[in-house]
Amino acid sequence: MPTLTRQQVLDLYFMEARAKLIDVAAFLDRVDRASGPGDFRWTALRGALAELASEKSGRAERVLLALSDPTLEPLAAAPGKGAAGAWPGKSA
Amino acid sequence: MRYIEPHGHMVSRVTDDYVNMVTAGCAAVCEPAFWAGFDRSSPDGFFDYFKQLTEYEPKRAAKFGLPHYCWLCINPKESEDVRLAEEVIALIPQFLNAPGVLGIGEIGLNKNSRNELKVLEMHIDLAARHDQLILVHTPHLEDKWKGTKLILDALKNDRRVKPERVIVDHVEEHTVKLVLDAGHWGGMTLYPESKCTAARAIDILDTMGTDRLWMNSACDWGVSVPLAVPYAALEMRKRGYTPGQIDQFVFGNPARFMSQTAKFKMPE
Repeated sequence: MPTLTRQQVLDLYFMEARAKLIDVAAFLDRVDRASGPGDFRWTALRGALAELASEKSGRAERVLLALSDPTLEPLAAAPGKGAAGAWPGKSA
Repeated sequence: MRYIEPHGHMVSRVTDDYVNMVTAGCAAVCEPAFWAGFDRSSPDGFFDYFKQLTEYEPKRAAKFGLPHYCWLCINPKESEDVRLAEEVIALIPQFLNAPGVLGIGEIGLNKNSRNELKVLEMHIDLAARHDQLILVHTPHLEDKWKGTKLILDALKNDRRVKPERVIVDHVEEHTVKLVLDAGHWGGMTLYPESKCTAARAIDILDTMGTDRLWMNSACDWGVSVPLAVPYAALEMRKRGYTPGQIDQFVFGNPARFMSQTAKFKMPE
């Protein structure tokens, strides 16, 4: 596999990552300004955000796992077809 | 550049997409059976759909010089109704000898329910009895990790299944190693809003290697990009992959997997 220097990776992807980071920050501000209660997605997202500050590699995998259903028992019945993007927990 | 689109729901696309794909170098397209966006009301609806996949769509693709292959099943999104699934699965064998049918797919799980799992096992049995390749759909978003684990267990539990004849699709960073370690192929789906971006797919290649992996657009009636594979090839170029390595990955790998059935003819 080709190996890029850190400088090359920054040249290729810094602006894109910067834009996405600011978008996430703006989304958090938008939720703050809104009224009413949130739901499990907000809690899950805040938990996953902590991974971004981690010094340890494998952040994408850990963010995905933080938003995933960690159980292994099949559901008694499918609760519809769609997915929410975060696991609501056993109580949902 | 040449590439194979190993997962595209072309019945949902317009002829402009065929023009653009062929212009970009697409040498073959493979279409797994999919949910229509609404539940079909009877097995007859599936019969007509299987006719469309095996007879009509190959002719439409041929008008643009593009070989068209397909996979047959009842999609996991319609697998909660086991009775309907049994009736649909009973229809499939009569289509398996059609020249473009590569195997059974995209089977798998959607919400990881007991009925979906039962229908998955029925599909695995069908594939084993007819010596078919298998293409597996893994669930979306929060359901993917759990669904992938359940699917891998179901495949392992049927001893007739040869792992290298199964492609488990829609892998991401948290599931790709599970799939490859089980001896299967992994598919990375390039979507604008979910699954993998091109940059992330190539991160996976950088860390896992290119063996037993492919990329697809899974273009359908939703938000999706039929040219996602050639766009990702451009991203590979930016990341330092040579034209030969790109060709091996976007053309050679899908051809290598699908050549496990004699139905697949290597594009010229």
